[in-house]
Amino acid sequence: MWEYAPAPESRDIANLRPSYRMFVDGEFVDGGGEPLKTVNPATEEVLAEVGTADKNDVDRAVKAARRAYERVWGRMPGAERAKYIYRIARMIAERARELAVLETLDNGKPIKESRDVDVPTASAHFFYHAGWADKLSYAGLGPDPRPLGVAGQVIPWNFPLLMAAWKIAPALACGNTVVLKPAETTPLTALVLAEIIQQAELPPGVVNILPGAGDVGAELVSNTGVDKVAFTGSTEVGKLIQRSLAGRGKKVTLELGGKAANVVFDDAPLDQAVEGIVNGIFFNQGHVCCAGSRLLVQESVADELLDKLRARVSTLRVGDPLDKNTDVGAINSRDQLDKITSLVESGEAEGAEKWVSPCSLPDKGFYFAPTVFSGVSQAMRIAREEIFGPVLSVLTFRTPDEAVAKANNTPYGLSAGVWTEKGSRILWMANKLRAGVVWANTFNRFDPTAPFGGYQESGFGREGGRAGLEAYLDV
Amino acid sequence: MSDRLSVAKTYKLYIGGAFPRSESGRSYPVRDGKGTFLANAAQGSRKDVREAVVAARKAFGGWSGATAYNRGQVLYRVAELLEGRREQFVAEVAASEGVAARKAQSTVDAAIDRWVWYAGWADKVASVLGASNPVAGPYFSFSVPEPTGVVGVLAPQSSSLLGLVSVVAPVIATGNTAVVVAAQDRPLPAITLSEVLATSDVPGGVVNVITGRTAELAPWLASHADVNALDLTGAPESMRAELEGAAADTVKRVLRARATEPDWTTQPDVSRLRAFLETKTVWHPMGV
Repeated sequence: MWEYAPAPESRDIANLRPSYRMFVDGEFVDGGGEPLKTVNPATEEVLAEVGTADKNDVDRAVKAARRAYERVWGRMPGAERAKYIYRIARMIAERARELAVLETLDNGKPIKESRDVDVPTASAHFFYHAGWADKLSYAGLGPDPRPLGVAGQVIPWNFPLLMAAWKIAPALACGNTVVLKPAETTPLTALVLAEIIQQAELPPGVVNILPGAGDVGAELVSNTGVDKVAFTGSTEVGKLIQRSLAGRGKKVTLELGGKAANVVFDDAPLDQAVEGIVNGIFFNQGHVCCAGSRLLVQESVADELLDKLRARVSTLRVGDPLDKNTDVGAINSRDQLDKITSLVESGEAEGAEKWVSPCSLPDKGFYFAPTVFSGVSQAMRIAREEIFGPVLSVLTFRTPDEAVAKANNTPYGLSAGVWTEKGSRILWMANKLRAGVVWANTFNRFDPTAPFGGYQESGFGREGGRAGLEAYLDV
Repeated sequence: MSDRLSVAKTYKLYIGGAFPRSESGRSYPVRDGKGTFLANAAQGSRKDVREAVVAARKAFGGWSGATAYNRGQVLYRVAELLEGRREQFVAEVAASEGVAARKAQSTVDAAIDRWVWYAGWADKVASVLGASNPVAGPYFSFSVPEPTGVVGVLAPQSSSLLGLVSVVAPVIATGNTAVVVAAQDRPLPAITLSEVLATSDVPGGVVNVITGRTAELAPWLASHADVNALDLTGAPESMRAELEGAAADTVKRVLRARATEPDWTTQPDVSRLRAFLETKTVWHPMGV
């Protein structure tokens, strides 16, 4: 293996401040909640103190959003709304490097991912949706689609800025105002986004950002002033939200967990497939709801593929997320590390064969070495439950029908992958797989023009594309 | 008036293409608007609901896998058969809903036309709701609508035929299969519609119809793990929140009921089609 000299990105670029405050009605203000300390998971050092919201703050933010909706944003011509949103897109791009470094510090993901995926895709999401603001009557949802009002949005820690963009951009384009709660462990880039929104001169109250833990999210989604709830996170919490909102008449969209099958046929170009498998499960440390966490490989090539896969995974560089050569960064929190560890223990206890990349891990920080389980059966927890970490479960199949049956044998249905050189088989598989996104001979591709979202217990509603607009319109 | 005694029909459930009585052995009297006895309907049970879900699941692969053209033709054929039974439906609607013959006639006409309208959507909905996605990279990406799966439908309580057709046709036009709880006090047109479906080319199990007490049957449908979506249109108002809550346990898609039953004579849009569709996005690299 080649040795590389360290190539760290400078953390000064993040313009890290000792404290951050919540953003309500166009201003940064102190929150009534207990401030939280956000930690760099790569080093366990405290990065900053962040003010959090309490119940009154949630109420205040929702009222501000309501005022902004009724007086300004909801009645503004779409063409004007569009220009504000374009501004946000541009300003994210202008501050891309700062945002990327800050994201990596707060989240633990490799700088090459925050730099090349999270931040540019976030900017692209605003840019794409800006253009919709004055073209909604062409979206195929009726001649005069109307906004819903105030959107309460709760997002996870795995793609903090990108998820904020996925939520805020379509809401604003459709004429809604927003109260968004970033994840407890990753609030920083959303608050810089708030600064951008302020500098872009959005009218006060159009976007409000309230850091805090799950209790703030629960207050937000249940607030009677909220007309629309959008949540991305675990299926467990998604079910709680759906249940708690039963009979309340709010429009709800949920983007929840997954246990995606990545299906490799014997005619697949194995070297390419290996790259796709690695990307599918080790991208963002496997903290991806659509991660290809179940590898289904045709029996005749299973040994060959596994040898190639282990060799490739052995070359992954695990460590300092700020190093530009790092492939796998830090696990986002100790809680998540514990959860991954316990699921991996269950895999061993249930008799799967564990292989761990022989990489060295830093002394400090939350890290987990890339792990591949083979000999996995469908009944094992590691084949059924979302691990949300760099852990791959390998199962085998003989026939395409068996591959489909195993791939679909899950209550989830967010994504799936197919690897084969045969075009007709790709389309047949794409048709049979019960998942919202099917990547064929690729994996983990995202684009604002391409709708993303789940079947079954992976949630409902789409984000991106024409289909994604429905989530924020009264149609 | 003839002296001949007519042969009365036994109204049964419709499950998996067959007409069983309720496994519970129960029935309940159905009366017209004036309280006159019309017939006994089967009073379906939890087990009947579960049998119906099994039948609907079994039928889903074939129905959703049929070509859209084929589904459109099969559904159009249903309209042809409805037309042939027009007089029977007029009589049943008049009796069930307590309306004059003329009103019943226009209702049945509208129901047949509604069925034709939805039949025509079968092979158009993908072009209208699907998309080619212009992604920023060397990939071909497209999105297609796909049926959600097994849909539990609580049929409207007032409009026994037009309302029923307006909620069932959009569910199956796109390839879903349905378990329908018929209007509790006006179930007879639903069973006659089942007879039409049974003698048409709609495969058994695509539509299953349970008659009985909505309040007894709905919770089993709402909580059933193999039901993917729920249409609350005919749910008793006092139960709607509870049913929606039960549906959350398996993240079902829920089409909520409006405060009052809609005016089914107004021309629908695609929202009922959209309610029971998923969007699937497929990506493939482009290159040589």
